[in-house]
Amino acid sequence: MSLRPLARLAAVGLAAAATAACTSGSDSSSEAASGISPQMMADSLHAVMESDRTVYTRLIVNRLQNELGVIEASEHWKDDKALVLPAQMFRYGAEMVAEKNAPFSYSLQSLWAVNKQNEPKTDAEKAGLAFVAENKGQNYYTEETLGGKKYFTAVYADVAVAPACVTCHNDHKDTPRTDFKLGDVMGGVVIRIPL
Amino acid sequence: MWAALSLALAGYLAARLLGPDKTVFLPGATTSGHHQIELVCGVCHQDAFGGGPVLQDACINCHGAELAAADDSHPQAKFTDPRNADRLRDIDARQCIACHVEHRPDITGAMGVTLPVDFCISCHAGVGEERPTHAGLDHMTCQTAGCHNFHDNRALYEDFLLRHVGEAPVRATPRRPQPVLPVAGDDLNALRLAQLDAPADRAQDAAITADWAHSAHARGGVNCTACHAPAGEPWQDRPGTAVCAECHQPQVQGFLAGKHGMRLAQDLPAMTPAQARLPMHAAAAHSELSCASCHRPHAYDTARAAVQACLSCHDDSHTRAYEGSPHHRLWLAEQAGEAPPGSGVSCASCHMPLRTHTDAQGKRTHTEHNQNATLRPNEKMLRPVCLNCHGLPFALDALADPALIERNFRGQPAQHVRSVEMAQENLERDRRRRAAEQ
Repeated sequence: MSLRPLARLAAVGLAAAATAACTSGSDSSSEAASGISPQMMADSLHAVMESDRTVYTRLIVNRLQNELGVIEASEHWKDDKALVLPAQMFRYGAEMVAEKNAPFSYSLQSLWAVNKQNEPKTDAEKAGLAFVAENKGQNYYTEETLGGKKYFTAVYADVAVAPACVTCHNDHKDTPRTDFKLGDVMGGVVIRIPL
Repeated sequence: MWAALSLALAGYLAARLLGPDKTVFLPGATTSGHHQIELVCGVCHQDAFGGGPVLQDACINCHGAELAAADDSHPQAKFTDPRNADRLRDIDARQCIACHVEHRPDITGAMGVTLPVDFCISCHAGVGEERPTHAGLDHMTCQTAGCHNFHDNRALYEDFLLRHVGEAPVRATPRRPQPVLPVAGDDLNALRLAQLDAPADRAQDAAITADWAHSAHARGGVNCTACHAPAGEPWQDRPGTAVCAECHQPQVQGFLAGKHGMRLAQDLPAMTPAQARLPMHAAAAHSELSCASCHRPHAYDTARAAVQACLSCHDDSHTRAYEGSPHHRLWLAEQAGEAPPGSGVSCASCHMPLRTHTDAQGKRTHTEHNQNATLRPNEKMLRPVCLNCHGLPFALDALADPALIERNFRGQPAQHVRSVEMAQENLERDRRRRAAEQ
């Protein structure tokens, strides 16, 4: 794979990730002397994504909605004049990245998705989502071919970091699961980097 | 012989290409959405003469803002993820032209869609399993009025439906929103007849100057030269839309985006009823559409612009049924001062509703002059229009009844759309599940 554009892109992610702790136990991030490996790139991107979303979930949504009760977070935030849900904040970011034609893509998925379109779809997604749910603290890495193109695919556990995650998902009328607890794996982040 | 024929053909085609009538180059009849500008090939095609692919940017240039405002349910960004690669083999939903192919009247359906009507099945085949209310539905009716739209579901999403459960057909106080007008009540800048600043030879028509003196323009301090000789330009008898846009930008923007002004937006001669595909009065065939055609210059009577102006050109059954309809009777009562402001329903009340925008002076209203903005799919009309006066369940039924629309809403909807009940059933299913879990 061509590492130059990736390396440029990763430099931005790495700079931002430098101060953010990567909570997932990333095993052998094999950094080649000539550049950045796809796994290191994915791990770095994920560190930024996870940190930003945790900040939003804890400091904005959970604090203002669950602790202070000053404003609600709502799926229909525009009509309800409410905060954007953490999952929506994540998805809108992913869509904006897609609009910029960035070389990588990412999405939030779950075996217990409220929106069925966010259930795992490819074999790698299904295997990865099941793996991170069963092996807490470990990530899942593989390669897959989609639409004739080869990708490095990484799956990271998405953990309930605040009471807001748990209550909102457990109470949603379309949730297939109503017994999530704080700290549970609720789904996973799938990052794909073309090879 | 062949050379001569070829030369003749080449000559004929060259003449058509350079002449005003290029229709010979159209690959097939254009949809009603684009027919007015079909000979400006370069608007959509890479090549100004119509060659080359259709540019995605061309679609977005004209329709992008509206899609964004509609919280598009299927934006391009949802389909670029490689996990959707298999779906894109069926329908490449990253491109507008995957569903909207131009010049194909043989396969073009409602909303300019050129896919079979059950195309939703490509991605949503399993909806019956996750939603028992949808079990057994055959995907031929997903987009039937009152259920779903591909792009704009602002008035159809489940929680919105649930907020309108049990609403009566007509609200207790049915009213159109009222405009927030920019002209202050104290008329500090008001101009009087003696102050008009047109050159003496241009200000001799007493009817015109009297109209102006009674207009909001005079009250707001807008003198003759402000429009006829803006910024010191030479006097022009008929100022164009650009002059109006100096002060009425959102209105003109909407006008240029809709069927009335889209030709002007492409620097083509103005639209005339003769070029329309809807039935029009023969007498109006050659009227040219500009701001002044509905708003008479100088008088600017918005009540006339809201009804009589429309009726002077449009001659289809829905329009013909307006006079004498329940909406029209309410309009007449309001105009006669016998009913409260906002209780009447004109053509413009529904087709050019009031919008809110924010400018330097704060929150303001303007009339949406793009008549298409709320027209199709007609559920786009629910929030800005219908729900001001009607409950959602009734409004869904009414909009789903083409015959009732043709009669201009004389009578009751013939069928009932079960969207609201289905949303309730889904909620009830969740309640039963939670009760069973405990």
